[in-house]
Amino acid sequence: MEHYNMNLNLKVWRQRNTQAKGSFETYQVKNISSEMSFLEMIDVLNEELIAEGKDPIAFDHDCREGICGMCSLYIDGRPHGPWEQNTTCQLHMRAYKDGDTITIEPWRAGAFPVLKDLMVDRSAFDRIIQAGGFISVNTGNAVDANALPIEKDKADASFAAAACIGCGACVAACKNSSAMLFTSAKVTQLALLPQGAPERKSRALNMIAQMDKEGFGACTNTGACEAVCPKGISLTNIARLNQEYLGAALTAN
Amino acid sequence: MTWKQAFTSSIGKKLVMGLTGLFLIVFLIVHVGINACIFADLNVAVWPFDPSDDGAIFNRAAHFMGSTILIRILEVGLFAGIILHIVQGLMLEASNRSKRTQGYAVPLAGRGSKWYSRAMGLLGTLIMIFLILHLAHFWVKARITGSDDMPEVAGMHDMFNLMKVTFSELWVVIVYVLACISLAYHLLHGFQSAFRTLGVHNNKWMTIVQSVGVGYSIIVPLLFALMPIAMYLGWVG
Repeated sequence: MEHYNMNLNLKVWRQRNTQAKGSFETYQVKNISSEMSFLEMIDVLNEELIAEGKDPIAFDHDCREGICGMCSLYIDGRPHGPWEQNTTCQLHMRAYKDGDTITIEPWRAGAFPVLKDLMVDRSAFDRIIQAGGFISVNTGNAVDANALPIEKDKADASFAAAACIGCGACVAACKNSSAMLFTSAKVTQLALLPQGAPERKSRALNMIAQMDKEGFGACTNTGACEAVCPKGISLTNIARLNQEYLGAALTAN
Repeated sequence: MTWKQAFTSSIGKKLVMGLTGLFLIVFLIVHVGINACIFADLNVAVWPFDPSDDGAIFNRAAHFMGSTILIRILEVGLFAGIILHIVQGLMLEASNRSKRTQGYAVPLAGRGSKWYSRAMGLLGTLIMIFLILHLAHFWVKARITGSDDMPEVAGMHDMFNLMKVTFSELWVVIVYVLACISLAYHLLHGFQSAFRTLGVHNNKWMTIVQSVGVGYSIIVPLLFALMPIAMYLGWVG
């Protein structure tokens, strides 16, 4: 792919803290290489801001290889930017051309309060996991890997659900700010495996109770979450979670 | 987990929407089936149509619905179902909207979802407003107040004539057709969404649900829309 440099206009959401009222600020960045990642482009801008003695733009990032789920950014009306099944850190500047204007916003959801600029607090997801997104294994020797036979199709479906990196793009895209795609992926990855079976009822009930408590909306099956998910988590998982939950709710004491 | 918790969680509320929605879908089959009896009077002399029927078959069907005790009891359940679906739907819509107080400068718009999937609250509200008019046109007159346009024929209400008079006004026909379009889009999302909410995730079954849902969402509202059109244009009556 041919290399080129570009000048860009950025409209970036700036907000001092959770309580402060934020607003957009416009920045010009020059000589951005088409080989840079989107986050590297913001790094360049931040270095300039620091050199000018200004406050750099705060944004979440960690692995920068698309597997950790830390990066976010709602870019030009889409979580993680214009590419399909892609995280912001893996979005590269060849997606843009010279003179483009890019609008960058944080995830917007009551359950994800803005901490600063483009960083939001996604610890609500951690608390949903803590409510039941695990299996309880007593200490002892590790069981032989082949002791529990698992159907290949189920193992594959479980693995596909486990690809969820918990970035929150589903919540950011959902008109109801619902966390159902995330929660359904975390329930499905365990519900399909024998290890997940003993706690399946309490898991579904407790994770949904926590999800509701955190202030996420209800799912209306519009499909926006699936469309923006960087890991291609399927909407089917939500129907499976509904089944897990209803089965548990109607039979649990 | 108490029953109350089960039905008031986010999934529980959706379950109520799905179950009442499916109940109303079943009701619409009965409704459209009974009302389609007006087409027996279609002005073509080909079996099973009979231009001299003048709504006799439809009036008998309507009389059966109005005079059978079991159906009158089910009618109470129907009203309960409609009210529950409306109230729960409006509350869910308001609750879901409140989850994002600060919106985006650049909206996600149509990416990944259909407009009618996002507009269920609006479409439902339009149908609710239509329902008030619709009940005033027929149900209130048949069951409560009576109407000069609905004389007795052979000991039965002449509902056929009431339809004819009601649909002689163009604005009424237009409102009914618009309501049928709203209903079609509401069903297009609602039919398959109800099954997803009930937990159907098997691909094989979802294919059937989606196909039947599309067919139902087109055929039933189309038949309903044809009724005021046929009456207005004099195809029947």
